[in-house]
Formats: sequence, structure tokens, C-alpha cells
Amino acid sequence: MSAKAIAPLVLGALILVLWEQAVRLLAIPPYILPGPLVIARTLVDDWALLAPSLWVTLGITLEALAAAVVIGGLLAILFSLSRWVELSLFPYAIILQVTPIVAIAPLIIIWANNVDLSLLICAWLVAFFPILSNTILGLRSVDRNLLSLFELYGAGRWRTLLHLRLPAALPYFLGGLRISGGLALIGAVVAEFVAGTGGNASGLAWRILEAGYQLKVPRMFAALVLISATGIAIFLALTLLSHLLLRRWHESALAAQE
Amino acid sequence: MDRSHQTGAGIAARPSGSIVSVRGVSRTFASGVQALGDVTLDVGEGEFLSVLGPSGCGKTTLLRLIAGLAQPNSGKVERPAGRNEIGFVFQEPTLMPWATALANVALPLRLAGLSRAERLRRAGEALSGVGLAGFERSYPRELSGGMKMRVSIARALVTRPRLLLMDEPFAALDEIARHKLNIDLLTLWQRERVTVVFVTHSVFESVFLSQRIAIMSARPGRIAAEFAIPTPYPRDEAFRTSADYAALCRQTSQQLAAAMAVEVQAA
Repeated sequence: MSAKAIAPLVLGALILVLWEQAVRLLAIPPYILPGPLVIARTLVDDWALLAPSLWVTLGITLEALAAAVVIGGLLAILFSLSRWVELSLFPYAIILQVTPIVAIAPLIIIWANNVDLSLLICAWLVAFFPILSNTILGLRSVDRNLLSLFELYGAGRWRTLLHLRLPAALPYFLGGLRISGGLALIGAVVAEFVAGTGGNASGLAWRILEAGYQLKVPRMFAALVLISATGIAIFLALTLLSHLLLRRWHESALAAQE
Repeated sequence: MDRSHQTGAGIAARPSGSIVSVRGVSRTFASGVQALGDVTLDVGEGEFLSVLGPSGCGKTTLLRLIAGLAQPNSGKVERPAGRNEIGFVFQEPTLMPWATALANVALPLRLAGLSRAERLRRAGEALSGVGLAGFERSYPRELSGGMKMRVSIARALVTRPRLLLMDEPFAALDEIARHKLNIDLLTLWQRERVTVVFVTHSVFESVFLSQRIAIMSARPGRIAAEFAIPTPYPRDEAFRTSADYAALCRQTSQQLAAAMAVEVQAA
């Protein structure tokens, strides 16, 4: 393991030790601030309750991310093929992006008339814009001379898209995907807070609300730890995907090797 | 159609039968800048012609017009009609960074719809032809500047074009790589029997390579002089240090200076 990985781990361990010591020495009760050991024990003891919620939140997040990839990616391709479509639709994509999700979530929950579906829509709304805007940028950032070359050999719009624009956009798309992965999780959690209840099964946000009502603060922390861990896992998985796809040729992946 | 071009260096000898005919072509950009004003130029079948001129004189515009990548505002350009009869080499290697050297060279064949086996075989041959056998699976970033340019040349030649257009292809290379590529390009030209239009701002390069040089002056770009370089081929490193070469370079420089002096007066 390199120093780059060890340094933050050492710092993290140090902070956990200090936290535990502070809680003990100052005799802070667990319903105000539980120590790391209490949180860890709660995580194990309440696993039967928390695990199903984790899968629910993870499920909504991944579904929203998949929808963001498909719809954001297809819209980006459509925009790049037609200037008029882009001019007409892009402002509305920006309006969707800048309107706080908390503000529109209640409407979506009323309209969708199905909690699971409304959570998915909210998470998707938050997640799709980085993929859309990054992919559009990538589809445009094509070497002018390569475009001339494709024109010289009579490649039409579709083959230029397939063989030139899409591969050129891949690093940009992957950059957007990494942002969207985190945003999809945030969207899923925020939407569940707004909904105030899970659907058939409850997610981690509902567990935090529920534990808050019951003053079970260690369980709130345990759920929080799971949400953070999910976010980190998504980020690492997408970083790995990006590295595997780009390592042979793209500067961003090369810099990481050296 | 056998018009001779009277210049200081004598009457240019052109091979019979022209492959490119540019007639009274002008080209003005949307910005209002006139890039080309009334250019007339013939390129003979199998000829090696250099277009020599200062930066910004419209050489690249002329090459793009010949390739059909841009249309003239007036005048007429005749060129080989077939889609794969023209190869183009840009100033930068212009390779797809996500594709191997072999896949880059195979691109024109892929766009032409050839079978995978056929295009890989021909791309492999083209890579060997530029001295890059063994680098098929290398990615552009793993190759030196000179090697990338060789890949670019292999790609331009892979369709066996009749006409090869080159836009200052060696300008960004170091002198050692450039001299080596000059000689290899002449070898390829004679082996492939392809017509070459070579745009450059280097007097030395144009004299070393060409059968004929067309000098362009700027604003608006036009052909100021045309003359032949009569030295027989093959030309090698010995030619580069010969008194003959030095004299030809001096004459060419004088022609270029004269063209640019007219330009200054006009401005």
C-alpha cells in the first residue's frame, strides 16, 4: 500500500480513537453522541433491521443511475445530432437541474402516486444532468481534423457518431457518471426524507427519521455510516470502471499510473 | 491544355495528363477574409508537387479545396472522383487515441465497408510499408512523433489512393526524424506511384522532395511562381549536402522572397 492510501487511513484511525476517548472521558451519553464502538455494536445488533433498508436505498440509487445513463446519454446523442432539438430542450434540462429537488419532490410524490416510483424519479432528476452535460461536451470535443478525415472517406452522420464521436465522448461521459453516482444516492435519500415514509420497504433515510423519533441516536449513526459507505463504494466502483475503460489511451488514466 | 509556366527557373516540365486541375479558384471565409484569390494550378498524374509559402497564405485552404473538404466561392476544381482515391495527411498525426496503430490505419477500409480480415491484412501491409511492422498493437501515446506521423501516412495510403495531399506533415518533427521521413516518403511515392501535393513552408524540404514547386503568396493567396527541380531521383542524403542542392535552395529562396516582396508592395 502506498503512502497515499496509508496517510488518510492513519488519520481516520486517529480521529476514531480520539472520539472514543473524548466520549468516555467527558461521559457524553450515547443519546447525544455515541462513540465509534457503540455505533459499531449497533450496526451489528441492528443489522437485521438495517440491511433490508440498505438494499432498498441501494436499489433505488442504482436504478436511478441506470435511468440517468440511458436517458442522459440518449438525450446527449440527440442534442449532438440536431442543433434545433438541443436549442429547444436544453433550457428545460437546466431548469430541472437548478430547481432544488426538495422543492419538487412533494409534487412528484403526489403525481406518481407510488412511493417507490416517486423516489426513483427524484433520484433520477438529480442524477441525470451531469451525464447529459458532460456527454454533450464530449460529443463536441472531437478533433476537427478527424472529422475532416471521416468526411473525406464519406462516413455519414451515424458512422461518424459510432466510430468517432462516441469514443471521443467516453472520458467525459465517465466523468459525468462519477458525479451522477453520488448524486443519485443523495437524490434517493433526500426524496425519502421528503416522502417521510418508505414504500413497501423502507430505505435508510426512513430508518434515520424513525430512529430520531425514538431518540435511538446510535442507530441514526449506524444508518449514516451505511449511507456514506454506499456512496464511497459507488464512487470506487465507477472510478475502477473508468480506469479499466481508459487505461490504454486516455491521459487521465495515464497520470494515475505514474 | 498544355499551358507552360514561365518563371525565373525556366519552363516547368509537367507529366502529361493532369489529375488535379484548379481553375481560377477563389475562397472567402465567412469572416470576410479572402483566403484565396484566383488560383490556377495543375497537378500531373504521378507528379510530386510542393506548394511553398509563408504561414497564413492559404496553403491549407487550397489543399482542403483540392480534397473536396471545402467549396470554392468561384472557379472550378477537378479531382479524382472516387471516395478512396484521395489520401490526406494533416499537420498533426490526427490519430484516434483509443485505437491501436493497426485499427487507425484500417479506419478508411472500415468506413469503406471491407471485411475485417481484408482490412486488417491491408492495414498490416501499409504499416510495414512505412517501417512500423511490429507496432500493430501499439496505441498512439506509446509512439514517438515521427512514428505517429508514419501511422498517419500509412492510413492515407491504405486505400491505394491516386492522390496524396499532405499539409506540412513534418513541421512538428525534429530535424533527424524529418530528414528520415523525407527519404522514406520519396521511396513510398515511387513505389506506390501516387501523385503527391505537399504543402510546406520549408524551402529546403520542398527542394529536396519535389519535381516541381509552386510558390504561394498571401492575402489573398495566389500562385506567384512555378518551376521545376530537375534533379533526378532517387535523391538521398548525399543530395542534401551537394552544391547542386544549395544552388537550387538559393534560387527557390529568391523566388519566395520576390513573391513576398510583391505582396508587401501590394499591402
